[in-house]
Amino acid sequence: MIACRQSQDRLINFEGKQLIVDSTYAVVDSISNFILPYHNHVEKMLDSTLAYASLDISKTDGIYNTTAGNLMADIILEQAAPIFKSRTGKDLDFVLLNHGGIRSIISEGKVSARTAFEVMPFENNTVVVELKGQSVKEMLTYLIRSKRAHPIAGIQLVLNKDDSIKSLTIQGAPFDEKKSYYVATSDYLVSGGDDMVFFKDALEVTDIDYKIRNALIDYFTKVDTLAPKVDLRYYKIE
Amino acid sequence: MDRRKFVTHTIAGSVMLSAGGVLLNSCKASKKHLTILHTNDVHSHIDAFPKNHADFPGLGGLARRAGLVQKIRKENPNTLLLDAGDIFQGTPYFNFYGGELEFKLMSMLQYDAATIGNHDFDNGIDGLLAQLPYASFDFLIANYDFTNTVLNGYTKPYKTYIKDGIKVGIYGLGINLAGLVTKKLYKETEYLDPYEVATDIEALLKETEKCDIIICLSHLGYSYENENRPDDLKLGKRTKYTDLIIGGHTHTFLERPTVVTNAKGREILVNQVGCFGVNVGRVDFYFDEAGGSAEGVTISV
Repeated sequence: MIACRQSQDRLINFEGKQLIVDSTYAVVDSISNFILPYHNHVEKMLDSTLAYASLDISKTDGIYNTTAGNLMADIILEQAAPIFKSRTGKDLDFVLLNHGGIRSIISEGKVSARTAFEVMPFENNTVVVELKGQSVKEMLTYLIRSKRAHPIAGIQLVLNKDDSIKSLTIQGAPFDEKKSYYVATSDYLVSGGDDMVFFKDALEVTDIDYKIRNALIDYFTKVDTLAPKVDLRYYKIE
Repeated sequence: MDRRKFVTHTIAGSVMLSAGGVLLNSCKASKKHLTILHTNDVHSHIDAFPKNHADFPGLGGLARRAGLVQKIRKENPNTLLLDAGDIFQGTPYFNFYGGELEFKLMSMLQYDAATIGNHDFDNGIDGLLAQLPYASFDFLIANYDFTNTVLNGYTKPYKTYIKDGIKVGIYGLGINLAGLVTKKLYKETEYLDPYEVATDIEALLKETEKCDIIICLSHLGYSYENENRPDDLKLGKRTKYTDLIIGGHTHTFLERPTVVTNAKGREILVNQVGCFGVNVGRVDFYFDEAGGSAEGVTISV
């Protein structure tokens, strides 16, 4: 086969293997030196202080809501709402993210772009999904059954002891099942991530071309201090 | 020699596989030697991983990969260096420089060709175009039709390379972008059936271009359970003239390259080397002159 009739060369043997790029190979200095200024610039940009965290911001410091979750969801609400409004003329109602999507604690002290990369290493975009009241109910059922503090903002949910809903308000107004709502979330979740299947019944999905990480960086740049609290946005009456 | 007869002959000649990568054939007598080096899914990993990294302690990095490539090129100047896509996205280097550094460094390492992965559209088709001036290597992709996009004319379906008189035909295949990449990013890029395109291009490379070796750079992915989803293993079974499929996308770490029996009953290699530049794949092709004593083709993995 491999030898063409026209060719004088005939393949007799081939061998495949994998080489591990480890210290058995010498570093080429000209390449290292070329990378160095880029490396230093990236490091400098990543580490320049944007804000200060006045406490350790963690996703495990509350049962139904956490400081890290509240910070993330509040940032998305604050940063995404004006973009969504300017694009569509509509108002964002609330935010739902996933607890697993918070990839790092924010330690007390200086906060930089690197912090945003650690908390959100993925390239996910903020999308706004229009959900029917019925889908919002399914979403809440998911949230309650998950027993996880998935980050939310713009919504207040109070549970009875038996996990039934005691009260639910969105943007301060009682939930109206006949209404549709605009919820900002991650494109990862809309595409079925974390089994958030209620998103498949979306009436409309608007990608606002805004990376979640960039929303964090923009917010860190805008404010001086991060001081999120575990609050009453979601809790159970014990 | 009649090709049909020769194929039969090749099948009759036993294909020997040795586990340790030890060559048991008469390589020393061979006149020519072609080396292929390949990476995939490097995802902007310019620096080596830190020594305390859980998965890849101290591994990878462009400067060390350069050392590896230099060493092998010194041993065999007849070497081609290839990448199977997803060069972009994964470290802040991409966020800050948009892929410029990745392309510049690959050019400095003298990459010969790359195909395009889905993440290479992460800054849009315009973002990819903007970085092309920094790449001195070829972008090979046969099953994306860029006619109605800004990338029209900047890629080739295939290219042939001559090393020590050995003619090597290389073509590229990309994954279906619909559902994987936002349409806004890839715009009017049209995805064509990779199997049909591959069989057409490899026949052209064999019969018209008279290539001695045919290589596919694929970003389809190694293997999917869904039989309707194209992958490298299925591609290998359907092709007739492709000798080596260098894959990407699924970040598959293989113990050793996979031997696949192609549509003509001949054994070929499918390889993929994980991701993030922690490994480089190496495939060596040894040739003798036609009429030599060797019978059939031996594959060692």
